[in-house]
Amino acid sequence: MVEPRKYPFSEPDRLNLDPAYGEVRAGEGLVRVQLPFGRPAWLATRYEDVRLVLGDPRFSRAQAVGKGDEPSLIPFGPGPDTIVAMDPPEHTRLRRVVAKAFTMRRIDSLRPWVQKIVDDLLDDMEKHGSPIDLVESFARPQPGMTIFELMGIPYEDRPKVQRWTDIALSTLSAGYTREEVLEAAASIRAYLADQIDIRRNDPKDDLLGVLVSARDEQDRLTEQEMVNLGVAVVVTGNETTADQITNFTYLLLTHPGHLQELRDNPGLVPQAVEEMLRYTPLLAGTSFPRVATEDIVLGDVLVKAGDAVLPSMMSANRDESVFANPDVLDFHREDNPHLGTGHGVHRCLGAQLAKMELEIALSSLLKRFPELRLATSAQEVVFRKGTLQRAPQELLIAW
Amino acid sequence: MVWRIEADRQVCLGTGMCAGSAPDYFELDETGRVRVVRDDIEPDEVVTDAASLCPVEAIRVREAASGKTLAPL
Repeated sequence: MVEPRKYPFSEPDRLNLDPAYGEVRAGEGLVRVQLPFGRPAWLATRYEDVRLVLGDPRFSRAQAVGKGDEPSLIPFGPGPDTIVAMDPPEHTRLRRVVAKAFTMRRIDSLRPWVQKIVDDLLDDMEKHGSPIDLVESFARPQPGMTIFELMGIPYEDRPKVQRWTDIALSTLSAGYTREEVLEAAASIRAYLADQIDIRRNDPKDDLLGVLVSARDEQDRLTEQEMVNLGVAVVVTGNETTADQITNFTYLLLTHPGHLQELRDNPGLVPQAVEEMLRYTPLLAGTSFPRVATEDIVLGDVLVKAGDAVLPSMMSANRDESVFANPDVLDFHREDNPHLGTGHGVHRCLGAQLAKMELEIALSSLLKRFPELRLATSAQEVVFRKGTLQRAPQELLIAW
Repeated sequence: MVWRIEADRQVCLGTGMCAGSAPDYFELDETGRVRVVRDDIEPDEVVTDAASLCPVEAIRVREAASGKTLAPL
């Protein structure tokens, strides 16, 4: 067999997707790759194949983890008692505990409350005056306040949770030692375990309360599963939406025509959010491989039972056979079945919440600051290095 | 007892939660929306679970005789 190709193909370059994905899509569709950690894997790049790997029960997440050889961008993989490492029916058992809190109906009822968080932050920004860093003044606090409050943990703790998250989710080029990364991940778990104990003595109907009741009254999950589920909700709810608020604002401020379209027609914001979810390669590289449980033909390749496959949503979202002019940001796509929030049983639990937050955050930001612009040139915007997710580390805006 | 599965294809987002967690009962058609494979079934918790996992509550499971909703609750 040919030597696997080094992956990620390159260090992330702002929000540009490496052309290598397009070359693989046009070629065999699958390519053998070697990630910084773990055994070699196939990288699936075409929409049809990626969607199949994500949605077809013949591909297993559980079989990819726990043996210490999971293909990975970071030096540790999720343990077997985390929801992202499970297949149905175990996955279903855990997901059911939190699914109800994230239905579209439930999330819609939170709109006025999120609008208030956004408006208060915009007031503070106005008071501070232009220019200001969007990341620390808005993009991080907004989803942070939202998820900490939903969870029922004190918002004052966000700086330390943020620091642990930054280290735990760093890639090799960040320069942290394996011990530092493992210690940061352990600190987040210990913190959540403490918060759960507090909730046990002070029952409330927040998400911590939901977890505690599922564990203590209904015995639906183990202690470790409960802690890990709490960690997953807090970390992803805090981190992912924050980075996308920053990324989407950056996209709008560097695409004046698109910005003007949203100003002229604010009703277009939900569609714009969907399109930016498709267009933005949020991750530095694809992770969370699945293992084929039988021989399956994908692309032009026979994947053997036991092989690991990485489903690249970033690449699928640029597949020209599904999206016309895929490299063009177009807020008027009629059909946009992008995989920006995943697909199948591991589809993002918080997708409805994230989209609602992004819609309110972006439309309110544009409304409040009719002259909103970058305070620097686009070239001067520096993107974070050495993290799993891409985003500007600081976004100086002016109005 | 017989359970009946109903799916609202207008509401369905095509997330694949149901087809992934209960593939014997649900699949996604060529438009990416849910199709119920069997609608009247023997009681099976996997189906009420799938209905509870759907983020837009597009699936409803009832007791066929009484019409009582079993999921989502």
